Order: sequence, then structure tokens, then C-alpha cells
Amino acid sequence: MNLILVTFIILLAFTSYYFGRKKALVIQSSQRLTALPKFYGYYLAAWCAAPALIIFVLWSVFEPSIVKTFILQDYTDQNLTKNELQLIYTKVKALAVGTYTGNITNFLDESANKYIQLKGIANSAKVAIILAILIFSLSFAYRSVQKNDRMREPVEIFLKWVLFVASLGAVLVTIGIIFSLLFEAIRFFQAVKIFDFIFGTHWYPAKTFVRDGQPDPELMKDAFGAVPLFAGTFFIAFIAMCVAIPIGLLSGIYLSEYAGRGVRKYAKPIIEILAGIPTVVYGFFAALTVGPFVKEIGNAMGLEVSSESALAAGAVMGVMIIPFISSLSDDVITAVPQNLRDGSYAMGATKSETVKKVIFPAALPGIVGSILLAVSRAVGETMIVVMASGLAANLTMNPLESTSTITAQIVVILIGDQQFGDPKTQSAFALGISLFIVTLFLNVIALSVVKRYREKYE
Amino acid sequence: MSKIKAENVNVYYGSKQALFDVSIDIAEKEVTALIGPSGCGKSTFLRCLNRMNDVIEICRVEGSIKMDNLELNSRKLDVVRLRENVGMVFQKPNPFPKTIYENVAYGPTIHGIAQSKEEMDQIVETSLKKAALWNEVKDRLDEIGTGLSGGQQQRLCIARAISVSPEVILMDEPCSALDPIATAQIEELIDDLKKEVTIVIVTHSMSQAARVSQKTGFFHLGKLIEFGPTDKIFKNPDNQQTQDYITGRFG
Repeated sequence: MNLILVTFIILLAFTSYYFGRKKALVIQSSQRLTALPKFYGYYLAAWCAAPALIIFVLWSVFEPSIVKTFILQDYTDQNLTKNELQLIYTKVKALAVGTYTGNITNFLDESANKYIQLKGIANSAKVAIILAILIFSLSFAYRSVQKNDRMREPVEIFLKWVLFVASLGAVLVTIGIIFSLLFEAIRFFQAVKIFDFIFGTHWYPAKTFVRDGQPDPELMKDAFGAVPLFAGTFFIAFIAMCVAIPIGLLSGIYLSEYAGRGVRKYAKPIIEILAGIPTVVYGFFAALTVGPFVKEIGNAMGLEVSSESALAAGAVMGVMIIPFISSLSDDVITAVPQNLRDGSYAMGATKSETVKKVIFPAALPGIVGSILLAVSRAVGETMIVVMASGLAANLTMNPLESTSTITAQIVVILIGDQQFGDPKTQSAFALGISLFIVTLFLNVIALSVVKRYREKYE
Repeated sequence: MSKIKAENVNVYYGSKQALFDVSIDIAEKEVTALIGPSGCGKSTFLRCLNRMNDVIEICRVEGSIKMDNLELNSRKLDVVRLRENVGMVFQKPNPFPKTIYENVAYGPTIHGIAQSKEEMDQIVETSLKKAALWNEVKDRLDEIGTGLSGGQQQRLCIARAISVSPEVILMDEPCSALDPIATAQIEELIDDLKKEVTIVIVTHSMSQAARVSQKTGFFHLGKLIEFGPTDKIFKNPDNQQTQDYITGRFG
């Protein structure tokens, strides 16, 4: 039903575009047009589609809750809690659609009938109202077209609003995500002290699990210390950057300054393929190939190496990040104006001197930018850590031991059965928002650094 | 006395020939101007003199260019040494994104000319004074060179070029991006510099060539049409094409 309605509106909009344009051509024969004929088409189409679609969306958003209020009115005298009311409403809906399998009481049956009836009324009303609006707005717009009113301005204003709504949507979604994170995190911090979370050194949420009942507050105190996770996150990211920055940067410099056109043509896409490999593939590569290899070498040297080590995860993550740095820094270095290179060569500087003293400093803001992008990639990476570095949140600075990261722990918390009100589940939101704050902080620092360099070099 | 002697120079960009059998004698401590319409090969010839064409992958240079009997167009030539001796100033001012001091100290640093900080300070000061920029920038040597005005930037580039005391300076339309006042300053500077240095300048402005140079060469379609004393070229050229170009009938 809804699909047909929307399709109809859209088809009508297309038709009115052609109709409007045609009308403009007719007007043209007697008087000068106020805009190109297509604006007449746009004008009609916008008036046709926009009001109808807005009403349609608003109706679809508010209809269910209005129907719900009507249905639940019959139950107000029974003194039910919010959850029980919700359950009844779900049952009524299921019965109306025919998927209900429990006991059917008279009362429920009556409500279901009422539900079907209300839905029917709502649907017919919706169609009627939308058709009325279509007729009204189209005739209004058509009169404007006939009078040969100015067409360009309204169309431009309409487009401006379309763009505004799109950006507003993006902003609202962002705000919505932040707030949902924030609210759940606040509920988590009601159960666990924020101090214990930020400075606690033990992360072991599983031990707070108690069947039916509240977990022991003493246990809670020691189960949600995020220090090992932050340490692990930055430690693994650090190992990754130790691999990615030198290789990425040097290969970027090679590609942009030294490589011939032939080499560059093939080498650059090949490096970029690295960025296209799914992280899961990197993950099992780290877990099944690099991890055991590191362990073997370590054992041969008489070291104790866990088969799931931070080193393996970090190194593979570094490989994954290489193309980000090399490709971006290659672009940035290539963008350095040729006349700076000429100036340096003309002074008798060699290639490496030119790169080191002129090109690298000039490209530095962009290079710093690419590195920071890579860091946030490393901090947010999940799959490789889950697969290669284990899930035990050890607080360690030994790259040969296993450690865990914030993202990996969020995975651990949210796979399998979980209860929504449980602090264990809510801790995922607390982790999420702290990760968000950390990366936001990094980005702000990065931007200000880049800005300062840019001011200096432009 | 001849400083640079080019004989039968041919330059190719890929399969396209840009210079045809150019032979020219550039005299020491004089200003030689190269004029001609756009795309006539004058810049290409200039870039042969400090081997800047090496930077362009598809460029090939044939023929002989001798500077003080040293063959420049040879694989064995030490290009770094050559460029220390032959400085260059470009069309668009291109100071490095570094401080004014660092810009001038760039050449002396890479060639290891200064032995101490004091010596370097001295070189920077002398170069900036020779480039007539010292008085304007002496209090802000640690500011970024790209923050100067266009004319100041170009004089900074000249200071950078003379910081390694080259014997020859090549100038590729050094005033084309500047206003008349800055142009006049640069021209004055060229006049001063020629006491110590041999200057080859490519220019689009015929009046500039007439003002600053002692010898002028006219290029057209990759050939050196006429070369001689500036006075003669501008007042009484041998070649009809030169005459037409000078009087503004084409180009």
C-alpha cells in the first residue's frame, strides 16, 4: 500500500515535470519566459512531490503511536506497568497479523479487531489526505505556472532546503549516536564508579555475572578497570605504526620522487590492493601464519612467546595500514610545486637533499595528516586483534604476550547472550564513548598541528 | 672574452625537436639577453647551460656546450659542481617554505661552503646586500620567505643564487610575475651584478632586453636567427625577421 502510494507520487512528479516544461513552451509563444522551460518543470514536480511526501513521512512516523494509544486506552483501568502494556500491545499486533500462538482471551480478540479497524481507517485516511494534498498543491503550482510567475527563485530555494535537510539528517544521526552512547554509558557509571573504570587495572567483566539478582558491588569495583584495554589499544597501535610509518613513508617518497613512470604505474595500484584486503583475512593471516612464526622464532631464541601475541597483531595491522600512509603521502609529495624542486636542483642539491630539505618539509602537513588518519584506523581496528592477539585483557608492555584492545573487548561483550540492563553489556557503551573521546581528542590535536604547519609554510 | 661557447646544440623532447643547431658565444661579465616569441626555445637553451633539462625525463640534448673549456653536455660532468657555478633564477619566484635566512643559507649548506655559524651569517648578509634586500629583511631573517612580496621573493631567490658565488647566473623571465617597480629594482640589480658575474637572461620584454643587456640573441621556432650587440639588434638588425619582431610586427 505504502509502496504503491510513494511510487504514485514519484511518477506523478515526473509527469508534472514534463507537463510543466511543455506548458512553458506554450507560454513562450505569447510572452517572454521568466526562466528556462525546465525550471517550470522542476517547479511543478517539486510542488507535486514535496508536500505529499512530507505528509506521508510524518503520518508514517506518528500513526503507530496514535494507534497504540487508542488500543491501550481500554487497559488503563487495570493498573499495569509500562512493560506489561508493551507486552499486551505486541500480543494484539501479533494476533491481528495472525502470528500469535498463545491463549486468545476475549479481551485480546476484541483489541485485535479494534486494531485492524483502526489500521484500516488510518490507511484510507492517509490515502485520502495525500490525494487531496496532491490535488491542492498541484493546482496551486499550476496556477503560478499559468500566470508565468518567476520560476527560478522558488526552485533554487527548494533545492537549498533539500540540501539543508540532507545535512541536517547527517548531523542528527551523529548527535543521536553520541547521545545513545552517552545515556547507556551514564547508566553504566551508575553501577560502576567512573574512577574505578578509568583507573582500574583489572578488566574481567565475566565475573560480575550473577544469575537472578544484583552482582556484588565489591566484585563490580574490580571487574571494569579500563586501563589494560587502553594500554593494549595504544600498545598495538604503536607497534602497527612502527611498521607502517617507515615503510609507508619511504615507499611514498620512492613512488613520488624516484620511481619512473613505468614503475609507478604498476607499483602504486599493487600497494593499494593491500588496503582492499578485508580485515578478517588479515586477521587469520595474523593468527595462523604470523603468530606461530613469531612464537617459533621466539622459542628458538629461548624466549617465552604466547601464540597470540601483541607483536603479531600489531605487525599485521601495520601492513594493513601501509597503503594509507604510502598512497596519501605520495599524493601529498607529488602535489608539492615543481618550481620548488627546480629551485633546489638549480642550487646544485642532489635528489636526496632536495627531498629531505625542501619537499618533505613542504609536504609535512599532509604527511602528518595521513599518519593521524592511520593512527585512528589502528586504534579502531578490531578483527585482527580479536583473532591474533587474544581476548584476555592483560596489562603488559611485553609485545610477546597476548593483550587486548577496547574494540576487541566490545566484541567479546556483545557476542552471545546478553542482558540489556546488565552492567557487563552497558560497559560496551562506556568503552565505545571513551574510544570516541580519545579519537576525537587525537583528531583535534592533529588538526591544530597541521594548521600551525600550514600557516608556517604557506 | 668568451665564457660559454655553444656549438650546434640540438634539443629534442621525445620525437619533437625544440632547438636546431644553436651556436652562441656568451661573453664573460656581460648580460646576454635571449628574446623571441613564446615557444621559440630560448628557455630550453637556457636550461641546457646548467643541465636543468636533466630533470625532464624525455629531454635529449645534442651538441657541444663548453664553459671555460669544460664540456657541459657530457655524461661525466659533475652536475652538482656545475650548478654551484651556474645559478638560476626562475620565472615565478620560488623561495623554499623556510625562513629567509635558511633560504639564503641553503646553497652554502649543501656545498659545505661555510665553516662556522659566523661565516654563514656573513654569507647570508653579503648575499642579501648584493640582492638589495638586506635593509628590508635584516630584522626578520627568521620569518618565512614565502611571506614576502613578489618582488622581494624574487630578490630573495637572486640572493639564494648568488650565495654560492657562481660565475654565471641564468635568469628565466625573472620579472614576468612582478610589477613595474619591482622590475626596475631587479634590473638595477642585474646591472650591479654583471661586474662580477656573467648573466644570461631570457625575457619577453624587448625594452628590458634593450635596457639591461650588452648582447642579444633572437630565437624563432627553435633557431637562433640573429645574435649580436644589443644596440645593433635593436637599431639595425641584419635579419628581416628580427626587424619584424623588434618593431612588433609579430610575436
